[in-house]
Formats: sequence, structure tokens, C-alpha cells
Amino acid sequence: MSNTITIDGQTIPFQEGQTIMDAALAAGVYIPHLCHNPEFTPHGSCKLCTVTVNGRNVASCTMPAVEGQQIANNTDELNAKRRALTQMLFVEGNHFCPFCEKSGNCNLQAVAYHLDMMSPHYNHFYPAREVDASHPDILLDRNRCILCELCVRASRDVDGKEVFGLSGRGIDCKLVVNSSSGDLVDTDLAATDKAASVCPTGAIIVKRHGFSVPIGQRIFDHKDISQVQLEAAQKERGHE
Amino acid sequence: MSENKKIRVATCSLAGCFGCHMSLLDIDEKLLTLLELIEFDRTPLTDIKHCSPCDVGLIEGGVCNAENVHVLKEFRKNCKVLVAVGSCAITGGIPAMRNNIGLWECFQEVYQFEGGLEGGQVPNDPELPLPFDKVHPIYEVVNVDYFLPGCPPPADAIWKFLTDLLAGREPKLEYEMLHYD
Amino acid sequence: MSQCDSPDLKQRLAPILQKHGRDPTKVLQILREIQDTAHCICGQSIDLIAEHLDLPRVRVAGVAGFYSFLAGGQACGEYRVLFSDNITDHMLGKAELMDYFSKKLWLEPGKVSEDGLVSVDSTSCTGMCDQGPAALVNGMPLTNLDENCLDLICELIRSRKPVSDWPPMLFEVQDNILRKDVLLGEAFEPGAALKATLARGPRETWAEVDKSNLRGRGGAGFKTASKWSFCHAAIAEEEGHVVCDIGDRAERIMVCNADEGEPGTFKDRVLLNSYADLVFEGMTVGARVVGARRGFLYLRGEYAYMLGKLEGVLQQRREKGLLGKNILGEQGFDFDIEIHLGAGAYICGEESALIESLEGKRGRPRNRPPFPVTHGYLGHPTVVDNVETFACAAKIALHGGEWFAAMGTGQSAGTKILSISGDCERRGIYEYPFGTTIRQILQDCGAEDPYAVQVSGPSGTTISWKEFDRMIAFEDLATAGAFMIFKRGRDLFQMARNFSHFFAHESCGFCTPCRVGTTLMQRIMDKIDGGHGTASDLEEMKNLGQLLKTMSHCGLGTSAANPVLDTLNKFPDVYEQKLKALAFEPAFDLDGALATARRITGRDDKEAHLGAES
Repeated sequence: MSNTITIDGQTIPFQEGQTIMDAALAAGVYIPHLCHNPEFTPHGSCKLCTVTVNGRNVASCTMPAVEGQQIANNTDELNAKRRALTQMLFVEGNHFCPFCEKSGNCNLQAVAYHLDMMSPHYNHFYPAREVDASHPDILLDRNRCILCELCVRASRDVDGKEVFGLSGRGIDCKLVVNSSSGDLVDTDLAATDKAASVCPTGAIIVKRHGFSVPIGQRIFDHKDISQVQLEAAQKERGHE
Repeated sequence: MSENKKIRVATCSLAGCFGCHMSLLDIDEKLLTLLELIEFDRTPLTDIKHCSPCDVGLIEGGVCNAENVHVLKEFRKNCKVLVAVGSCAITGGIPAMRNNIGLWECFQEVYQFEGGLEGGQVPNDPELPLPFDKVHPIYEVVNVDYFLPGCPPPADAIWKFLTDLLAGREPKLEYEMLHYD
Repeated sequence: MSQCDSPDLKQRLAPILQKHGRDPTKVLQILREIQDTAHCICGQSIDLIAEHLDLPRVRVAGVAGFYSFLAGGQACGEYRVLFSDNITDHMLGKAELMDYFSKKLWLEPGKVSEDGLVSVDSTSCTGMCDQGPAALVNGMPLTNLDENCLDLICELIRSRKPVSDWPPMLFEVQDNILRKDVLLGEAFEPGAALKATLARGPRETWAEVDKSNLRGRGGAGFKTASKWSFCHAAIAEEEGHVVCDIGDRAERIMVCNADEGEPGTFKDRVLLNSYADLVFEGMTVGARVVGARRGFLYLRGEYAYMLGKLEGVLQQRREKGLLGKNILGEQGFDFDIEIHLGAGAYICGEESALIESLEGKRGRPRNRPPFPVTHGYLGHPTVVDNVETFACAAKIALHGGEWFAAMGTGQSAGTKILSISGDCERRGIYEYPFGTTIRQILQDCGAEDPYAVQVSGPSGTTISWKEFDRMIAFEDLATAGAFMIFKRGRDLFQMARNFSHFFAHESCGFCTPCRVGTTLMQRIMDKIDGGHGTASDLEEMKNLGQLLKTMSHCGLGTSAANPVLDTLNKFPDVYEQKLKALAFEPAFDLDGALATARRITGRDDKEAHLGAES
């Protein structure tokens, strides 16, 4: 068996066990994504990586690559829907880029740039969300959380601590931490933990590092997220 | 576009800091080129107080009080093309930081706790615009045709955007001109 | 006051914790019982559960925050009255009655009375649409509510009489079976289908189910025999066996989905109330075919009042040798059924969310593949079938596949039980052969001047009077059983708006399109309802609908826009008559948003207001 799939007319190889996203990243094909991070178990919640496989929409980060799949990815229709999802993420939280420490290094912002998002389009929710500054080294600002659960996965699967989890339901879903007080300071989270650095937005940041990289030198100041993430994937492959 | 007919442009700042206006001025010598193509109606630069029929309206800042609504609606009525310029007009921006603080707490902070104002009263002069519970982007109050993000949008982005618009092209920003901060 | 505050919480919770052992799949069951005992789930309870089960606290808190009946950390009254919020309840006066009741008790809905005695709130459809307006009081069902009835309930609450001592007539629930066919019409001798199965053999029984063309009754209509063989094959392959060979080394699980949460559906309640033997026997037949030893009945929290009765039926079946070890004397035929209660989460009707919930987790639909038939409950191959599907399976085991396949239409064998409610004279349960037309059904139940029917609930299809010659069948109108009738003059916009609130409330929050899209949809429907809608809002809803349909993670999201899209398409006037002539209206009430500032400044001058013309 040749083990290939076709994305937007380009035939790429895949290995048994790879998802469409894995195969695409390895072949240098960018599929927009936010909750996915190649270091962790796929999650499939943000739905930005949705592609059309043989006429059906699926999340490429969780869908196994199967011989002969005909996949539509970089189409105007899908990108318009991805932009709409990104806009939803902006209005459901409180994302104010001008004063966010993560600005310029934020995946949410960068994906929005990639998708030519000129405004959040939908009406803002301006939800009341808690900021937890109790921890001496780490800030948790739920205003910026997009519920991707990368911190949940990192803490559970890499740090072996299970500091984070989700509670609530629907639009009231929120990130909660593993302490009776509900405060981050009462968990065993450390600034060196994977969970402290994995957040794709500015919801979890290590204190006293904000704005340390000047504007113009930040990750996405001159490079589109597609280029950044494909380069990272390539580097990762070089290490293997 | 007929050469002798200039495009009429109006601008204003609602709940904003005039930073977007400063960025407009930042296009430096290109301002002279621009002025050959456009003429200004109501703007803080001309000090014209009311908007007359215009081709383009540039709005900086979000909507934080009743007066903002009057100004915004006047612009919408008079401008063929309305553009939301900058983060505040597009997301509420910095002023929207107060959106989860009660209005009463905000008033107290400003009029009663601020140094030198101890024991002060919340003013009730009808001359003062009454604030909303929350600050909103302008597209939640009127229909907006274009968005030009940034805090402020870089001068080059403003230039590119306006020249595209004046040339009848769909405005399109290069990667480095599109940012939200 | 909330009993969570009491210092002896640990002692009070000890019996509940001990009863469930240290099994982490019991988190939800433990939380339910604590909620019932203490009227809230406080932080200390969560600490105690986490410690007892040796689970991270954050996981227990996550579960506690997911299910509506667990009140998400908020206290509720010693008497918790939850009014069913389905559109059929509204058509029977729900809003007025809830208002009447709240005023009588000096209560604000959603809040607890100051003495902690009582709280009143709305809840998603409680499955009593044929006898609404309905409510739940501490989990017990109240039906046919009226002011007199609520007066009595107020008295009982004020006199602090325990709900267990209330007059039983308050909790009477009728079956209202009005048309019977092969499932409901024939007497069933417990054990008969199992004897037939044993006589015929498991492989041959599977062949009969295959021949019968039985398709799942939960709405999706997957062929039951295929599901069973996949589940069986999942292990058989690993063991090097052929499909349908009954191996006994690896565990397979049989789950009956009685999370009947689709508003307007109540046929599973009746099946479980009066035909539980038939359902359990169907599960046992299935267990024999796929080689399962464990079964679960996932019973929606709204039906918790039936728990005792159902446990009784299970016990009788064990005593008769129809459950347990060596069923009917057959060596090695071991199967038993455990009842697991839900706690107010429509999403748990989705099979993979149901499995998560069975495992004691948040009811969040899984990524597929793998599918439950290969990786289900705790990773075991698992069959999840609807209550009615199992009832059919029992009958098929008894009478054979051909008998069943001969009924109905080409693609829809057998009969379908409908739950009929709304504008008709005779509301209740009707069993019809597939292929019956809507017109026939409307005539039988005495529908008065019918204008529209909501087939299969909010996630189903809204049909107009022009479509009454369509039929109930997978090839035309597939249905899980809901059949809500709306007569001419009913405001179908309010129906769609009610359903938009339902989906926003029930979205699990996992995927972006459903979490945010259902709330955006609900807000636009409310804006139109408030008289501020414009044509651009309708366009926005169509776009949101497409986004939900094509980008969502599971069936809840993909179907959440159906009522709005269907009504926009078939009944555009119900929207247009509510729209403003203007092309654009602000997203929020401008003048209303100045009210706080007016109050603080004491101003009421002209400049302190924003009229529509400003």
C-alpha cells in the first residue's frame, strides 16, 4: 500500500497511526489550528482544523489518515468558517491585544492574522471572568482562556500533576485548578512546569517576563503562523 | 474618480485616545499627497463641529456614552463608507477594561476616591454625557463597512487602506500591517 | 440554611461514600446523592469525595459543575421546584404558573429563599408533555399543574412536610397509551424471548435481528444487527475468532440509553414504567448475542422517581433466573444490569457522552474513531441502544426476523412509538407501523386545526401543514418519537426561540461552534423577540446555522440550528412580522444601557435618554 492522502490536490505520504494533521505538518502543509499541539494527545475542540474528507467535515487533528483520502483544506469556504470560529473565540472571552503581555507571541492572534480577521464581527459577551494572581510566579487570567485544555493535558500527561481542569457547561465552561481554595497558589504548579508555558494565548503566563521581547522581534511580528508552525514541525523532524 | 472632485473625509474620536489620529498624521509627507486627493469635513483637525455629507468617515474609539451614539449616528447618516479605525472602535479596547467593573465603582473611583476629590459628588450636569454600563465597539451600534485594526493602526496601514479605497480597490493589508496591538 | 454548612458533613456523607466503595466511576452517583441529602455540593464535599476516591479534586469539581441537577456549587432550597421548560409546557401556561408560585412564596426564580427552605427554577423538558405543565420537586414528578395544585404544594412546603409524605396523587404519572401495536399490544411473558434465544443459539439470533432490518430507535437509525456484530467482532478479531463466535475472555458491555432528553419525547418513560421486562429482556438477548456480561441502564435524572420500581423488576428477574449467573440454567451465560442515573444533561443522550457519564465523568462526546462498539465503556467494546430498540429486539428474538421485517416500509421495518403532545384532544403514546402519514396521526389524536408539527423534537424537523402527507419512516421523517402539534395561531417563532434556549443551555461547551454559536443564536432570537430584530439578524442566523451544521463536534451542535433554519425556511412571516423596517439595529438596548448611570446621577433630562430616533 502506498500510504498517501491528497490535500488540495497535493499527494502526501503518511505513516500508519498518523492523523491527517500529523501527515500534513510533516509534509509542510499548514492546516490552521489552536487546540492542537503536536506534543500532546489530540483534542479536537477548537474545530479550526476542520477539513473536508470525501465530502464530510472532520477535525484533522483527530481523524486518522487513511489511504486515498481526498481532502479539501485551504479553501475559501473553510477559511471563512475558520475565521468565524476565531471570531467566536474573541467575543466569548475578553481579548484585548493592546495590553496583553502575550501579544505578538499569541497563537489566537496569529491565527486571526492568518485568516485575515479584520474584526471580531459578533457581538461581544464581555463575560465576567476571574483573574488569579495568587501564585508567586504564574498568572492565570481566565479572560484570555479559549478552553483548549492544553494546560490540562500538559499538567496531567507531562507534569503528572493534574493542576488544571474544566468545570461548568456550555458557555459557562471555565478553567478550574486543583485546590480547595480554588486558587493557583494552593496547587503544586511550578513555573518550570510544562503547563505553565504551554498556553497558546495569554491566559497562563509566567510572571515578570511580560513585554521582555520588544515589538518587532516577537514570534509573529514578521512571520505568519503557518510559517512558524511548519518550521517548528520541520525542526522537530530533524531531531528525530 | 474625477480629478477636480476631491473625496470628502470626516474623522472623529469617540471613546479613544486620539492615538489613531496621531498615526494618521504619522504618514508624514504623504499627507501632502493625500490632501491632493481628499478634503476634510468634520475632524479634530478642522474643528468643524458637525458632519455634512461625506464619502468616507473614519471613527476612532468605542461607544462609551450617549454623546458617542449621537456622533456615531451622525457619521453613519452622512458618510457613504464608514470605517472603524483602531482597537477601541473594533473591540471596545482599553476603555472596555471597565466592562466588568460596576458603573458605581467607576464613578466612586473617579469622583470620590481620586486624590483631592475626597467627599466629592457624582456630577449630574445635563451637559455631561451619560455613560453606558459597558463600552461597545462601534459595529454593535451602527453598520460598519470596513475595519482597520491596530493600536494604533500603523501609518503605513492607514495610507495603504486609504489609497486602496480612493483607487476603488478592496482595501487589503500586508501581513506586517495587520496587527491588533 | 444549606446543610453543607453543618460541621458534621463528614459523618453525614460517610454512608454515601461507603456505599459506593472506591470506584471512581461512581463520582456522579455519589454527587447526586450528596446533592439530594445536602441540597448543594459544597467545596468540602468535593474535597471528601476526591480524597475517598483518590481522584484529583479538579476532576470531581469538573463533574460537579457539568450537570444541571448538581446545581454547580450553588445551594438550592430544601425543597427544589423545577418547572419543565418545554414549549408544550409553555403552551399550557408554564410561565404564568411559575410566576404565580414564585410570588406566592415571595421568591425570585433561580434564587433560594432567605431561610434556605425553597428554590424555584426552570429545567429542560421533564418528559411529561402529555400531562403538563410539569415540574419536579426534589426529583419527584408533578404533572397537570394548576393554581390549586400549586396552592397545596405551597402549603406542604411551608409546613415543612417531607416530600415522601406528600399526598401520592400529586405524583401520579399516567401512561396514556392510546394506540397499541405489536410492541405495546401483546402480553409478554418474561423469559420467553430468552428461551427462544437459547433454543435458537446466539449466532442464529443475531441472524434474526439482521433479517428483521431493525434500526435504532433513538433517531439515527443505525442497523442494530451491524452494531452488535461490530461490537462482537471487535474482540473476536483480537482473539482470532470469527464474527459472532461467543468468546468469554474479554469484556463487552450492553448499555440501554434511557436518557430520554429530547424535548417532547416521553415514550421511554412509558416503556420503562410498564414494559420494563421487555426492555431488560431485549438487553439480555443482546448480551447473549455479543457476549456481554455487564449491562447498564442509563436513566435520565428526571426519571429517578422510577428507580425503585426498576430495581424491583431487575431483582425479580434475578430471582427468576433471567439475570445473573447461568441465566435460565445455561452454563456460562452470565449477565446483569446496573442502573446509572443521569443528573440533568441532554448531551448524555449522545452515546459517547453517555459512556463518559457512565464512567463518572463530564458528559462530553468523544472523538471518533474509535467508536464505542470497539472502544466504549472503560475501553471495552460497547453497544449503546435505545430503550425501544431493545424492546423490539426482544420481540424479534421471540417471533423471528421475518415477522418483524414484514411490518413497516422498505427501509423502516416494524413499528414506531410516538409521544404526542401539543394542540390535540388526546395526548399520549401511539404506536404506529412505519409508513403512517402525519395526516393520519393528526386525525387519530384529534388535532385541532393543525398548522405545524415538530417531528423528533428540537433536533428533528419542523413540518408545515403543506407536508402532512409525509410519513414517519427513516426514508422520510426519521424520528426518535417526539411529535409536538401546533395549531393555527400558535406563534412558531416562540417555539424556535424556546428551542434555541434549550440548545444553548444544553451545549456541553467542548467545541467552539456549538459553545458560542448556540448562545449567539439564542441572543439573536431574544433580540428579535424584544422587537429589535432586523433583516441582517436573519442573515446572521442563517450563517450561524450553517456553521453549527458543518463544524460542530457532535449531533447536538449539528442539529441545534434546525428549529430556527426550518422555521426561517417554512414560516418566514413569523420572523418578518417581528422585524424592524430598518436594516440595522444596535446589538443592545441603548436607552436601557444608560439606566444605571441615570440612577446614580439622578438625571432624567432629555440628554440622559436615547430614543429610537436618536
